[in-house]
Amino acid sequence: MNLTLKIWRQPDAASAGAMHTYQLADVSEDMSFLEMLDVLNEQLNDQGEEPIAFDSDCREGICGTCGLMINGEAHGPEVTTTCQLHMRSFSDGETITIEPWRSDAFPVIKDLVVDRSAFDRIIQQGGYISVNTGSAPEAHSVPVPKDDADRAFNVATCISCGACVAACPNGSASLFMGAKVTHLGLLPQGQPERDERVVNMVAQHDHEGFGGCTNIGACTAACPKEIPLDVISQLNKDLRTAIRNGH
Amino acid sequence: MDMPDTVTSTEASASGSLDGDYDDAAGYYTPGAPLVDAKAPSGPIAERWQNRKFEARLVNPANRRKLDIIIVGTGLAGASAAATLGEAGYNVKTFCYQDSPRRAHSIAAQGGINAAKNYKEDGDSVHRLFYDTVKGGDYRSRESNVYRLAEVSTNIIDQCVAQGVPFAREYGGLLDNRSFGGVQVSRTFYARGQTGQQLLIGAYQALERQVSAGTVSMYARHEMLELVVVDGKARGIIARDMVTGEIQTHLADVVVLASGGYGNVFYLSTNAMGSNVTAAWRAHRKGAYMANPCYTQIHPTCIPVTGSHQSKLTLMSESLRNDGRIWVPKNQADCDKDPRDIPEEDRDYYLERIYPSFGNLVPRDIASRAAKYQCDDGRGVGPEVDGTRRGVYLDFADAIERLGRQAVETKYGNLFDMYARITGEDPYQVPMRIYPAVHYVMGGLWVDYDLQSTIPGLFVTGEANFSDHGANRLGASALMQGLADGYFVLPHTIRDYLADGPFERISEDHPAVVEARESVTSRIEHFLTVNGERSVDSYHRELGNIMWEYCGMERTETGLKKAIDLIRGLKEDFYRNVKVLGSAETLNQSLEKAGRVADFFELGELMCIDALNRRESCGGHFRGESQTEDGEALRHDEEYAYVSAWEWAGEDSIPILHKEDLVYTAIEMKQRSYK
Repeated sequence: MNLTLKIWRQPDAASAGAMHTYQLADVSEDMSFLEMLDVLNEQLNDQGEEPIAFDSDCREGICGTCGLMINGEAHGPEVTTTCQLHMRSFSDGETITIEPWRSDAFPVIKDLVVDRSAFDRIIQQGGYISVNTGSAPEAHSVPVPKDDADRAFNVATCISCGACVAACPNGSASLFMGAKVTHLGLLPQGQPERDERVVNMVAQHDHEGFGGCTNIGACTAACPKEIPLDVISQLNKDLRTAIRNGH
Repeated sequence: MDMPDTVTSTEASASGSLDGDYDDAAGYYTPGAPLVDAKAPSGPIAERWQNRKFEARLVNPANRRKLDIIIVGTGLAGASAAATLGEAGYNVKTFCYQDSPRRAHSIAAQGGINAAKNYKEDGDSVHRLFYDTVKGGDYRSRESNVYRLAEVSTNIIDQCVAQGVPFAREYGGLLDNRSFGGVQVSRTFYARGQTGQQLLIGAYQALERQVSAGTVSMYARHEMLELVVVDGKARGIIARDMVTGEIQTHLADVVVLASGGYGNVFYLSTNAMGSNVTAAWRAHRKGAYMANPCYTQIHPTCIPVTGSHQSKLTLMSESLRNDGRIWVPKNQADCDKDPRDIPEEDRDYYLERIYPSFGNLVPRDIASRAAKYQCDDGRGVGPEVDGTRRGVYLDFADAIERLGRQAVETKYGNLFDMYARITGEDPYQVPMRIYPAVHYVMGGLWVDYDLQSTIPGLFVTGEANFSDHGANRLGASALMQGLADGYFVLPHTIRDYLADGPFERISEDHPAVVEARESVTSRIEHFLTVNGERSVDSYHRELGNIMWEYCGMERTETGLKKAIDLIRGLKEDFYRNVKVLGSAETLNQSLEKAGRVADFFELGELMCIDALNRRESCGGHFRGESQTEDGEALRHDEEYAYVSAWEWAGEDSIPILHKEDLVYTAIEMKQRSYK
C-alpha cells in the first residue's frame, strides 16, 4: 500500500516542532507500525535527511517503551501497543498523522521521543514494599487468597507506557497510579505502608504537573493492557482512608 | 523460555572420542596458558558456598558509604544488585540505555522461574535442580557455580513474594507450580505468561526505593561506551548521555556489568532492539576474557520472518508442541497452497517420522535443526524471503478435534491471540507457521566463582557472564540466574574485593581516563564523518545473515571459515562506507546503533573462531563434523571438556585461547541419547 505520513519533527526540547509530510510506497500489510517507520527512516537516510527519532525496545508489547499518537489515538486504532499494531489496520492511500505523547509532564526530547521519568519519580515515592534482600520470610508463611492474587496480577500488568496520560484530556496519570496502589494494596505484604504510599505518590503526581482525574475514562480505553477504570476508585478510596487516618 | 534438552531421554554413559588431532581453528588464534579459577572452592559441594560466604571479608557498615560501585544494566541481574548493595549502604551508580530501568529485556521472559522449594513433594531438591542444570548444559558448566545457583534459588522466591510479586496461587492461597519444558518435577513459579515482567518490576521497585533513600543514583538513557582500567583494576566507565550527547566520566572502586546477552549479533532475534554487546565487548578489549562465545540457544517456536523489513522475532511458548503437530508438504509444488487443501498423504510429519518415540516433543535443538533442513530442502512454507520459504506448519486441527476448541482455547488462548495479532491469520482455522530464532546466549564474559572477570574489580552478572548454563540453558533458569547473582551472590563476593578499598582516588585527567575518553570521542567522530553510502541497519542485517547461515543451528569448518572472511570484509566496508547523519550533541539513534554494530562485527568473528575450535556437538551447538551415524549430536569429553576463554590481543592480532578444564566431582558425565 502507499501512504502519506504526517509526522511531528522537533530537533530538541528547546526548539519548536512542526508536522512534516512524507510519502511512503510499497508498504506491506505484514509490517508492524514501527517497521513501517524503520523503512521510512532507511529511505530518509538514503536521501540525506536525518531519520525520525522514536522510542521502541522489546517490540513484543511488554516493555512499554514505544508509544505514539496515531491519528489522534494513543497507540492507534487497536487495543495494543504501537509495536504490536500492524499495517493491515490501515488502508492503501491513507494519510496517517503521527505525534508524540502530549503532556506537560512528558516533555518532548526529540521528534517522537518524550521524557517519562516522572513515572519513575512517582514510584520512588512509595510504589514498592520495603523489604531488604535476605529479610523475607518463607514464601508460604503468608497465604494470599487466589482472587486477590489474580486481581493483583491483572493490574500489575501495567507497562508504564504513558498512553493513559496521553489519552486523558486532563493529562492525568491516575490510571497508572491506581494500578500500582491497587496491586500492592490487595496483598497482605502491602498493608503496612498502604496509607503513606498513596499520599506520597499522589503528592508527587501533582508536583510533576499531571492533571486531576475527572472520571472521563479515556485512559482505560487507550490502555494496551486494559487496566480497568475502577483502580482509580480504589486510589481515591485509599487516599480518603489515609487522610482520615491522619496522613 | 521453556526447554527440555534433557528430559525424557535415555542415557548412555559413553562419550565419543576423536580419531585424529584436529585443530580446525589453527592459524586463527594463539594458544595461551591454561586458566584456573583461583576462587574455586573445595570441599563437599553442599558446603562450598557457605564456606565462601564465611571466608569473604566483611566491610564495616561505616566504610560502605565511602565505597563507590558502578552497575551497568538494570535487568534482573543489575536492578537486584543495585537495590541490595544500596540497602547495604554502599554508594551505587546505576546505568541503563532505556528511558527507565524497568524496561530492561528481562521483562519479556514469559514462562517462569525455577526454584528447588519442593512444594509439590515430588522429589525435587537442591541437588536435583543442580543435576538437571548441569545435565541440561551438556556438561559444559562449572559445577560449583551451578550448585550455588540451585542452593539460593529458594531464597529468590521468598524475596519476590515479600516484594509483592503476584505469582500464580492455588485456591488455598499458596503458590502454584508447574512442570516446565518436560522436566519431571514441578518447580517452576510463574505469573501467567509474564513472569519476567513481574520479577523485574519487583526488582525495579526495590531499586527505586533506594533511589529515594539516596543510596542509588540512576542514570537512564546513558550508554556505557568504555571501561576505565587504572593499574590493572577496573575503576570506572565512560558513558554517553544519549539525550545531550555529553561524554561523561564516572569513577568508582568497582564496576559491575549486568548488561545482558548479545543475541542481536544475529540481527534478528527475540532480544530487544537495543540489546547489545558494547559494554561487555569494551571490557573484553581492556582485558576481560570472553568465554564460550559460540554457545547460543535457538528456540524452535518463533513466528517466522515475513520480509526484509522484519526487525525482530517473537517467541511463542514451547508448550505449543504438546498438542500441535509439525509438518511440511511432501511436494515442493504444494508449498504455496492453502495448507487445508493439502491431503493427509501429501504431508510429511517429519518429527513424528524421524523420531517416532518423541515425535513433536524432541529437544529444542533437534526440533530447530530439523525445521531448517526441511526449508533448506525447499519444502518450507509461508512467504518467500530472499528466495526461500522459512517456516513449517504447527497444526492444531487434530487437537481441536480431539479436545474441542474450548479446551485448546483454555490452554493456548493467549498464544493464539498473539499469533493472530502478528500474522493476521486465525490459528484455530489455519495451521500456525513457526521457525527457529536466536533466543539466549550461554556464552559471556569469563568470571571466577566470585563472579569477577579477569580484570580485578570488574564483576559480571546475569546473561552477560558465562558461568551457569554450560552449552545449553534449561527453561525458566535465566530469571533464576539473574536474580541469584544480583540478590544473593554478588553482594557477598564483592565485599571481599571492597574490603581492600576505598582505593586511591583518581582524577579525571589521569592518562588512563583521558585515553578511554579519547577512544570514545574518536569513534563517534569517525562514524559521523565517514558519510558513506549505506545505513547502519543494512550492515547489521548483512552481518546477521552471515552469522545465522554459518554460525547458527549447524556449523561446519568450511562454513565458519567462509563466515570469518565475509565478516572481515564487511567490517572493513562498514568503516569506510557507513552513513550516519545528525550530530553527536543530541539524541542520535543511528549513531548509537553504529557503535553497537561495530562491536558486533568483532564479536561475530570471535564466535566463529570459537565454534571452529570446538569440533564437537554439545548442548545447543551442532558441528556437522561431529555426529553419530544416525546424524545425532556427538560430544567429545576427552578433548573438549573445557571452557574456552578468549583474550583480546589487539586490533591487528589473532585472539589468545586460554582453556579452563571442567572437573566434575559431584556428578558423572553422560552422553545424551533419545532415539
